[in-house]
Amino acid sequence: MFFILITGLLLGGTYALIAMGLNLQYGVARIMNLANGEMLVAGGFAAFWVYTAGQVSPIAALLVVAPVAFVVNWAIYRIMLRPLVKRAKSRGALEVDSILATFGLSFALVGIMTWFFGGGYFNYSYLTGRVDIFASSYAQNRVVAFTIASLLAAALWIWLSYTRAGLRMRAVAVSSDSARLVGIDVPAVSALAFGLGGAVTASGGALISMFFTLDASVGVLFTMKALIIVIMGGVGDIRGTIVAAMILGIAETFVARVIDPGLTLAAAYVLFLGVLLFRPQGLFGRTPT
Amino acid sequence: MARVVLEVRDITKRFGGLVAVRDMVFDVHQTEVMGIIGPNGSGKSTMINMISGAFAPSAGEIRLNGQEIAGKSAHRIARMGVARTFQLVRLLPELSVVENVVAGAAFGHRKRWGAEAERHARQLLDRVGMGQQVNMPVSSLTYINTKRVELARALACEPEVLLLDEWLAGLNPTELQTGIALIRSLRDEGRTVILVEHVMDAIRSLCDRCVVMSSGAKIAEGTPAEVLEDPEVIRAYLGADEDA
Amino acid sequence: MTMRDIRNLILSAFAFGLLALLPLYVSGYILSIATTMAMFTVLATSWALFSGPTHYISLATAAFFGLGTFVTGLGFQTLPMWLLPIIAAGLGAVLAALVGLVTLRLSGVYFVIFTLGLAELVRQVVTWVQNRTGQRGMYVLTSITERDIYWQLLGMAALVFLVGWLIARSRLGFALRIIGNDETVAKHSGIDTAAAKILLFMVSGAAAAVVGAMMAPRYIYIEPSTAFASILSFQVVIMALLGGTGRLWGPLAGVVPFTLLWEFISRNAPNQTLLLLGIAFLLIVYVLPGGFVGLYDRLRHRYGQGGQ
Repeated sequence: MFFILITGLLLGGTYALIAMGLNLQYGVARIMNLANGEMLVAGGFAAFWVYTAGQVSPIAALLVVAPVAFVVNWAIYRIMLRPLVKRAKSRGALEVDSILATFGLSFALVGIMTWFFGGGYFNYSYLTGRVDIFASSYAQNRVVAFTIASLLAAALWIWLSYTRAGLRMRAVAVSSDSARLVGIDVPAVSALAFGLGGAVTASGGALISMFFTLDASVGVLFTMKALIIVIMGGVGDIRGTIVAAMILGIAETFVARVIDPGLTLAAAYVLFLGVLLFRPQGLFGRTPT
Repeated sequence: MARVVLEVRDITKRFGGLVAVRDMVFDVHQTEVMGIIGPNGSGKSTMINMISGAFAPSAGEIRLNGQEIAGKSAHRIARMGVARTFQLVRLLPELSVVENVVAGAAFGHRKRWGAEAERHARQLLDRVGMGQQVNMPVSSLTYINTKRVELARALACEPEVLLLDEWLAGLNPTELQTGIALIRSLRDEGRTVILVEHVMDAIRSLCDRCVVMSSGAKIAEGTPAEVLEDPEVIRAYLGADEDA
Repeated sequence: MTMRDIRNLILSAFAFGLLALLPLYVSGYILSIATTMAMFTVLATSWALFSGPTHYISLATAAFFGLGTFVTGLGFQTLPMWLLPIIAAGLGAVLAALVGLVTLRLSGVYFVIFTLGLAELVRQVVTWVQNRTGQRGMYVLTSITERDIYWQLLGMAALVFLVGWLIARSRLGFALRIIGNDETVAKHSGIDTAAAKILLFMVSGAAAAVVGAMMAPRYIYIEPSTAFASILSFQVVIMALLGGTGRLWGPLAGVVPFTLLWEFISRNAPNQTLLLLGIAFLLIVYVLPGGFVGLYDRLRHRYGQGGQ
């Protein structure tokens, strides 16, 4: 039981990083990015490629994956999504448009990735030793992934809470109209948030590739999970994302080991259902007026 | 005094730690124009929102013709006979002007549908002074005309109580006179109206009685003349420092 | 009922009549494409009945469709064939009601996300149940021919068009248009927005389930991964949006070209079908927001006004 708890937390920690990326994109830039999962897979592929081609550790690969993902996502926002923001007559219309556009983007990305990497599965062995925590042994790569994810998450949290740039981002997340009125360059901050979110997600992908088997089409499952985590935790709230990700990680691990490994999405949905029925604003979200 | 149409009893609304409305009590009588006035942030719109059902009060009761409406969903309150306009005019952009008004009639207190509804809608649009502009697309209407259409929509279901949320805001002096005359004619028709307003001219000339709110609580009640001379009210509007 | 309405009804009846004669003159590949188009027409048009006016994008079509195929797969040996679509419609409506009750009280984003994974969720659960009960896929072997399926689908299409036409003229249709414009105004005008949305979503779900039930004999072998393939939902959304949801015949205008394009790509570059989907979505958002119907309206407005 304890083993499930720890394994679940390790998984949840990595999920948290991925969901944080989506939270930045949805909470600040107001884009429901359905291509988020594909960004994760791309990060994973990059790590795989770098490891199998040059024996470079995926952790070192982060130094390249994160900035590249940042630039790519920033460009995606400015080129593809900014026109939608400008033309949307209401927030609801923007959400529909951005869902469709990023959905299209996700298919295009899957198509491109299949082209480059083929349709097969990819995994590699890295840090497959065991680590002992409280008398049970866990995969080293999961522990390392969790540790790095936590460090990145903490860094992100500190940046958001204690720097002026982070403050600007949080202001836009709370109210973009008010932020504009106090002189914040909302489009620039949104683009930054979108880029940052993509970088965080891709980093999560690189970390997860150490112990998950990925293929070009698996992105949508991760998108679903990230979406569920973001909603469960409360949009725009970092603490909520972390807590919700942990809950999902534990629930998934529990279901996979005790009931059936093929029911992981069902586990996520049961949690989702609970949130929708009892607390749609999420654990830490604000009650909508 | 005419019979009481709306009773507000000990209504309180909390948003997290903020108390927006505190223990409000007042009555609205039939054919009366009741003004809810007060400085910005005093809780006027919140009060209106609770009457219309946009959200539920944290405590207290509101009764329409004796029936409890506090906390009920907006559509049920609408069917019971409460209609409103919004602070930022909300017209339906993809529908025509006539359809916008029919929207108020088709599902509300007194339902109308089909040719009858359209006739009724056109009559109302005439009544509020839309006249020739009825065939224009919604997106090209002038500001006061959008307000007219919204008013017609609110009147379309023949409500028991009409809520006007700062309906006269943003009008130039000429339009303001027209607007005040229009609302006065509604009162003369025998409608019951609750007015949330800032415009002093309108309050003096339209309201039979007023309730003054400040920081969520009622600080005065009475005729406009009485209320606007009350030192508490003056202090609330102009601030505590009278020597400045 | 105006003269225009009567004219439209007569024209539509005539068109359906002509289409019904099709199997008498063609067969094989062309008939199969026509059947596929008929299937997508019903799916896309019934999808647009709900998602068009409300702007709530439903990605749940595959879940209802799969449900319908399973109804036929499980029931065709013990129940009369005509009963199966009716049961499918009922179950589809129930599933839609459940999904609607959970998500339609909330804003559109929750609905889209929930329906995105719904087909996959149902697939996972059904697979798990099948693993536990030891049942594998089902063989649906009947004497139903491609022609029969075509006619069934054509009849269903006529029904969906009729229902859509009636709803558009009814208070329910009006209520949905208002909801799609401004839900707050809808509520304050006396519309029970949750009930209206759920009701229409049930119609849409029932129709998709019926299509699944009718198509099962064509697939012959029914198993979860093919019955609940999410890609069907995405194809339906694209076709409906490409054609445009502003008119009843809008989705049809998207079905025909997209089905042909899909066929072409599937045969010549099968790995690029997803890329095609992606490009189609992007096209719809950036170039054709109202679909072909929107384009038609804009052109008609510009040139129909003459010299004004």
